[in-house]
Amino acid sequence: MTSEEPRRNLRPLSLHVPEPRFRPGDPVDFADFDRGRAGAVPRPDPDVSPEAIREVAYSLVRVLDDEGQAVGPWNPRLAPERLIGMLRHMALTRAYDDRMYRAQRQGKTSFYMKSTGEEATSVAAAYALDRDDMCFPSYRQQGLLIARDWPLVDMMNQVYSNRGDRLKGRQMPIMYSARAAGFFSISGNLATQYPQAVGWAMASASKGDTRIAAAWCGEGSTAEGDFHSALTFASVYRAPVVLNVINNQWAISSFSGFAGAEATTFAARAIGYGIAGLRVDGNDALAVHAATEWAADRARDGHGPTLIEHFTYRAEGHSTSDDPSKYRSAEERSKWPLGDPIARLKQHLITIGAWDEERQAAMDREVAEEVRAAAKEAEQNGILGEGLHFPFSTMFEDVFEEMPWHLEEQLGEMTEEWKASGR
Amino acid sequence: MTDAPETRTMNMIQAINSALDIKMGVDPDIVVMGEDVGFFGGVFKATEGLQKKYGKTRVFDTPITECGIIGVAVGMAAYGLRPVPEIQFADYIYPALDQIVSEAARLRYRSAGEFTAPITVRSPFGGGIFGGQTHSQSPEGIFTHVSGIKTVIPSTPYDAKGLLISAIEDNDPVIFFEPKRIYNGPFDGHHDRPVTPWARHPASAVPTGHYRIPLGQAAIVRPGEDVTILTYGTMVHVVAAAVAEKGLDAEIIDLRTLVPLDMATIEASVKKTGRCMVVHEATKTSGFGAELSALVQEHCFHHLEAPVRRVTGWDTPYPHSLEWAYYPGPVRLSLALDKIMQD
Repeated sequence: MTSEEPRRNLRPLSLHVPEPRFRPGDPVDFADFDRGRAGAVPRPDPDVSPEAIREVAYSLVRVLDDEGQAVGPWNPRLAPERLIGMLRHMALTRAYDDRMYRAQRQGKTSFYMKSTGEEATSVAAAYALDRDDMCFPSYRQQGLLIARDWPLVDMMNQVYSNRGDRLKGRQMPIMYSARAAGFFSISGNLATQYPQAVGWAMASASKGDTRIAAAWCGEGSTAEGDFHSALTFASVYRAPVVLNVINNQWAISSFSGFAGAEATTFAARAIGYGIAGLRVDGNDALAVHAATEWAADRARDGHGPTLIEHFTYRAEGHSTSDDPSKYRSAEERSKWPLGDPIARLKQHLITIGAWDEERQAAMDREVAEEVRAAAKEAEQNGILGEGLHFPFSTMFEDVFEEMPWHLEEQLGEMTEEWKASGR
Repeated sequence: MTDAPETRTMNMIQAINSALDIKMGVDPDIVVMGEDVGFFGGVFKATEGLQKKYGKTRVFDTPITECGIIGVAVGMAAYGLRPVPEIQFADYIYPALDQIVSEAARLRYRSAGEFTAPITVRSPFGGGIFGGQTHSQSPEGIFTHVSGIKTVIPSTPYDAKGLLISAIEDNDPVIFFEPKRIYNGPFDGHHDRPVTPWARHPASAVPTGHYRIPLGQAAIVRPGEDVTILTYGTMVHVVAAAVAEKGLDAEIIDLRTLVPLDMATIEASVKKTGRCMVVHEATKTSGFGAELSALVQEHCFHHLEAPVRRVTGWDTPYPHSLEWAYYPGPVRLSLALDKIMQD
């Protein structure tokens, strides 16, 4: 038996467990972070073979330099009006988040998740996709809905689970669904939307449609099996899909090292699957737009999927349920070497002479007022916990298309319970 | 004469933390792993301080992959460790089903005992926290249906510690579901009233040292003559309040372990009272209540004076805003108690 054979005299093994560089109270220095030079990464044609662009998965596509100039081959050369539109949608997303976060703190709803610092990864991507391309978001892509001009009141109604909530109060706040906006029903389970996006794209291709799909997940979720199933299917069937990984560095309290970032990039996950992989500065709206447009063109021309890593930073907590000061250094946000996406796009617009501080201040007032007015309107439909916004009978609907006998029976019992409760 | 063991007032989180601490202190083969369990100490703080005390190789954060967490735990167990993985919410356990059902649960059987999986999977479950359909589910019936795993659900801090220690010491895989609604206090089902903290409940006096509550042993929470109520987890407290409000002489049995089940205690009670009600928060169809109902019928048929009655959550996904209409609370229990006493 092997256990009785003498062992060779070998060095004892040891287990590596990743550790983030900065913990609460630590001074933060990102000096050794190599962000590359804006404009330095070459832009191949979108029909390039994935193996020819492997190095892009280890680079960082950047368009905006520190002076606010758009430089290099990835510059999407967007008209100033379009840039201003993106800026406004990003500012609106931030104002919306601030308002809804406060609403949760005021007890008007049970839960909220902000996307602060990550607005470009949704808004600029939405600008680069066609309006009827299908989005399979995670729970931090409210910017997609906002960029597609979906009514804020409708989103707020969902957050408040109120009478105006089209989802009938069934889902936790921020788990939107908006088919008319090409926005798939959000799940609280992680990465499940990834293979679904691939399936939608395969269906579109099989029907000879022209629409493509896009999916988003966090870097932490790339560990889930669903992520890898999605990449396999996407590669095998050359699915017309844009697969986005929002690397915001933190999955609740776990830094990106627990998803594999110590060893490689998330864009490089594409390489093993034979998929094109791009790694972009997620706080650079122009870079996000350019990469998404490249990937969308590639998909539409029949060259298959692209995996895009958006390198960004989750400026706030994971949700209203955690306190990030308990697990990471508060300095990280202010020292982030890629800045803030709204500030950078604003600087660019000012640099090219299309914007100024007065217009920025006016826009900030406008979006704040828009959000305030929307919240006021939404709150007229009620807030969570104050009154029953849907008859209890709605609880039994939509479990199936037609209600089977056992749910009819339970609805009857619930009706009796309702009467007995004296309500 | 030995002195009574030293006790401390603990809520359920502290009792679970204490069980992990006590076991890790004496058994270097125990490892705790899961999403956010390390430096942060878990999203509910059940593993707080353990990484600092036992080091990063024994208490560590994991990638977000539930199938990976359980699969790795099976491999560690094959080496000889005794992993205690945490699945952050029971609602997230489904990607791990293959590793639990096809692997951990069957390893002893398929290798004729050559390999085993002494794993304790801890996971917060149940609703009452406005968690919607992805933070509220009670999937225990999925696991009790699987041969080869034990399913344990505590209802007090005292039981949580004693049961968790037994689960960790057990050589078979155990699913240990923690009712998160009662982590901080025994919720009585009246969501519009303030929660009583555990400190006012006698079962918050938890021995600081090692003790076991054997798996497979139910507790008679309240002896009675009129009707037997079988329940577990949060519903133990909701049922106790409903029974008190009704002034019924019900016998309330906290099952504590669903598999293996303490059938002797159930049988003796139902034969005494002649009536049996089963209460759980999980959905009704194919829930554990169906199994209990069948067992009571098989074992006590000639003693039953009324049909076995089930009080459960409805057969719908867990709703967000209609949470309290979904929840089997005081009114549903009161109506069911009236009916079973009239049957």
